[in-house]
Amino acid sequence: MASSVDIASAAAAAGHRQGFWHALLRSPSGVAGLAIVVLLVASAAFAALIAPYDPLQMGAGPRLQPPSAQYLFGTDDFGRDLFSRVVYGARLTLQIGLIAVGISLTSGLLLGLVGGYAGGWTERLLMRGVDVLFSFTEIVIALACIAILGIGLTNAMIAVGIASIPFYARLTHSVVLVEKSKPYFESALSAGAGHLRLIFVHLLPNVVPTLIVFGTLGISTAVLAAAGLSFLGLGAQPPEPEWGFMLASSRDLISRAPWMMIFPGCAIAITVLGFNLLGDGVREVLDPRQRRD
Amino acid sequence: MSAAILRVEGLSVAFGGGRASEVVSDLSYTLARGETLAIVGESGSGKSVSSLALLGLLPQPHGRVTAGHAWFEERDLLAASQQELMRIRGDRITMIFQEPMTSLNPVLTVGRQLTEGLIEHRRISQREADARAIEMLDLVGLGQAKRRLTQYPHELSGGMRQRVMIAMALTTDPAVLIADEPTTALDVTVQAQILDLMRALKARFDASIILITHDMGVVAEMADRVVVMHRGRKVEERPVREIFAAPEQAYTRQLLDAVPILGSLSEQDAPPRVVAAPDTTPTAAPATVLEVADLDKRFAGGGGWFGKADLGVVAMQDVGFALRSSETLALVGESGSGKSTTGRAVLRLLEVDRGEIRLDGIDLRRLGRQGLRRARREMQMIFQDPYASLNPRLSAGRLVAEPMVIHDIARGTELDDRVAELFRRVGLETEHIRRFPHEFSGGQRQRICIARALGVGPKLIVADEPTSALDVSVQAQVLELLLELQQTLGLAYLFISHDMAVVEQMSHRVAVMYAGRIVELGPRRAVLGDPRHPYTRALLAAVPIPDPSRVRGQLPKIDLERMPRGPLVEVAANHLVAA
Repeated sequence: MASSVDIASAAAAAGHRQGFWHALLRSPSGVAGLAIVVLLVASAAFAALIAPYDPLQMGAGPRLQPPSAQYLFGTDDFGRDLFSRVVYGARLTLQIGLIAVGISLTSGLLLGLVGGYAGGWTERLLMRGVDVLFSFTEIVIALACIAILGIGLTNAMIAVGIASIPFYARLTHSVVLVEKSKPYFESALSAGAGHLRLIFVHLLPNVVPTLIVFGTLGISTAVLAAAGLSFLGLGAQPPEPEWGFMLASSRDLISRAPWMMIFPGCAIAITVLGFNLLGDGVREVLDPRQRRD
Repeated sequence: MSAAILRVEGLSVAFGGGRASEVVSDLSYTLARGETLAIVGESGSGKSVSSLALLGLLPQPHGRVTAGHAWFEERDLLAASQQELMRIRGDRITMIFQEPMTSLNPVLTVGRQLTEGLIEHRRISQREADARAIEMLDLVGLGQAKRRLTQYPHELSGGMRQRVMIAMALTTDPAVLIADEPTTALDVTVQAQILDLMRALKARFDASIILITHDMGVVAEMADRVVVMHRGRKVEERPVREIFAAPEQAYTRQLLDAVPILGSLSEQDAPPRVVAAPDTTPTAAPATVLEVADLDKRFAGGGGWFGKADLGVVAMQDVGFALRSSETLALVGESGSGKSTTGRAVLRLLEVDRGEIRLDGIDLRRLGRQGLRRARREMQMIFQDPYASLNPRLSAGRLVAEPMVIHDIARGTELDDRVAELFRRVGLETEHIRRFPHEFSGGQRQRICIARALGVGPKLIVADEPTSALDVSVQAQVLELLLELQQTLGLAYLFISHDMAVVEQMSHRVAVMYAGRIVELGPRRAVLGDPRHPYTRALLAAVPIPDPSRVRGQLPKIDLERMPRGPLVEVAANHLVAA
């Protein structure tokens, strides 16, 4: 009966029907984000071809050279080529983002699904537990994890992943509650569907789009958090070309060799921007509030 | 009728850029002073959009007016600036929307919302505006007007909120009132009161009304003239009596024919036969499929941890009935009467506090998980909203197959064959098996739901308002499909509905529910033709009749407090009424 709404949404829904990628490419922020992320992935994948020097090789050039045609981003205090280090750093950054988000997303998804589906005491127990974790800042939890696991890049990834589990658990839980109240869930129930079918055939596919959106946005948060840990010296260890760690080691030389700080800093900023834009684009396409089917 | 107050000429509206789709094409009509013009049509006909366009309220950024003029008080509304429109909107032309629940702002008091427009447009003081607001609330029949000003929308019922909306729309003494489905979200008795009120106020304020609706009953009751729209175009425009008596266009005729008219089957005991009756009379009497007795359900209130626990709301009390195969029992009542709760309780989608539910003699409440799963083969449900009751991420074929997979009825190619067979059975094309729900229309989706329910070969189908989200022409087709299935397969239906005309079409017996209890139960012909309970009478009297030559009588005044609620007493053969 609400014909105006139907038609207005038809235009938006049309995008949804033409497939995910097609719709994403029609959103400006999606395109910009995708471009940056593709660039990042390309530099990670082809680092050996792009980088003119070995990122770990000391004395590849004179120490503390400003940017020039030969050393695009200059060199650091060990004479390593900064451009090569930044390019190789993309590998670590992508790893950090994907692994950390992977950990938090899957654990959060599991907790939220089980809690939301089961209801009753299971739900209360799980969600109150999550609430307790939620009441600490993520960085505090991450630091606690590092304290237990020990210093190192892998542990930093795990720590960042664990720290944002509560967020994804809460998110999943709320989406599950919404989907559970929809008639399609009840109709599956009345058809006699069992637990596994209800969870994995009916709930999961309707929860995943929301999580993809927030997962994409979450990669940038994870990258930033991991860079922060490395900056504090708790993550990447020398001589790894990790951007946060590179920033940290530039601190003392900030007035003599500002390029040591500028380029890794820009790399982090651009990466965060890229995933944020991509996340926004994905949201435009997948957000359940804009979905009309 | 005097001169036209609003003249719309060649209005066209399009949505989307580029390959723009026109949703209203070349629409022209005039509205005379003091006239009610009904714009009717099915969803997607452009009836709402064309009116929103007049006030510059098209959904942005997709909607735009592509051609036309709308002359109102020597101004072209379609060429007016936003500022000019703002002065007209809410002052000279006002609107009433469908949802009284959402069109009032929940965080502002009623008084604030009522006076806002007045102060804005008339530049009068708060005190003068308050006085006017109180006067208006009295006029729309809300008692204790002064107290109402300080109340918030959640403190009022749906009908009261719609009265506030009407008061709001009339405070500025507008020339034109646009009412977009003003009673669609309301219960039928409340709808009748609101329609009476709108008629009375129109005469008093000498306003013109544009009434946008899909309900032919409301049209017949309210309109002076009717514009019929179909796919963005005007099909026909004529005075209301002529259009109902002798529609000129085929589309109008189809539309009117599809509308079920209460009383058209008052001479028959059973719904119309849509398949030829079998030659031999059935030897055995139809078996009782479902027996329900003494169901109670109370929804717990808040509290419990701190403070006193609330006693909660009674959703069902002493509900009992029986249903045989090939028979339809209609549960009718208004929102909150407990009819949907009863339907869900029967399927054990909801646990009751007390009572028995026997399916084929087996008490469902005593069954464990496995037993219940097996029992669910025998009973299936069709839901009200075919958009929400299909999982959007599964294909139509998988949705239809699902119950058969769950109960392991068929696998592999046999399953595929059965799904295809079901598609044909409910009138869907087998080529569409791989499509997803959003690629089907509302009626087709409801067919998918029906096919899904049929797959396991159930004996009982609980249908909760299965057609109330559908257009009338589609509703007629779905109802016929349901009848045909019942008459060939011997299904028992528990048919939940608020629409008395549909109930008359579908049912053999009727149970009327009020406040969680069955207050009248009996053969359909007896209950609708000779209602004994005051509530049933009020319900029937409030149904708008799609025939402008028949005037609905005065609404009977009923005293809800002193209405008899039970126990049921037999007043005629099988006809039980609460005493």
